[in-house]
Amino acid sequence: MSADVRLLDAGFAPGAEIAAFTARHADAGGVVSFIGQVRGGEDVEALELTHYAPLTLPGMEALAEAALARWDLAGLLVIHRVGEMAPGAAIVLVAAASRHRRAAFEAADYVMDHLKSDSWFWKRERRGGVWHWIEPRGADQADRARWD
Amino acid sequence: MVRLVFLGRLADVAGAGEILAAAGPLAEVIARLPADLAVALRAPRVRVAVNGAVLAPGAAPLLAEGDEVAFLPPVSGG
Repeated sequence: MSADVRLLDAGFAPGAEIAAFTARHADAGGVVSFIGQVRGGEDVEALELTHYAPLTLPGMEALAEAALARWDLAGLLVIHRVGEMAPGAAIVLVAAASRHRRAAFEAADYVMDHLKSDSWFWKRERRGGVWHWIEPRGADQADRARWD
Repeated sequence: MVRLVFLGRLADVAGAGEILAAAGPLAEVIARLPADLAVALRAPRVRVAVNGAVLAPGAAPLLAEGDEVAFLPPVSGG
């Protein structure tokens, strides 16, 4: 079983991806999915994610392999956007399929925690026409440290 | 020459996403840059990758002709 890991520079439809993933793993007992999208409000006009090609996708693939080694999964889907996005646009989708639900919940949680604060992405928001770089919150670091 | 790549907020400090610089020890290459950029690149939370391999903190590589050096500030994905 290998994971489906993608780094996209254009928008994607999380619902269609989840439907296709679920259909591919029709024999799994459960599918857990998480969609991260650009937060609205707080005057955020746009979000931009940048990456470094030699590291970012290889790092995502290594993260997926680590999740597969740690939990007994039937399938794992990891999609992450880069580029400029408007509020409401999907940034990230993680879906895990497994025979029993606990592995799928935990694997999706693990992958998200590592994408937030341990993967090669840089994020900035435009508010009032000015770009502001976003650093991970202490809570994000603490979430990731739960898995060490 | 070596290619220096600046990610995240470091690109703002550098005024460009990448520049070319003369080869040499990493510390010397950094020291030849404008002072504000050199200070930003030496920050303890900035990681360095040479030709796609992330170095251990504090590593002091000798940069050769054609190397690509990336300066990686704290990340934020998702």
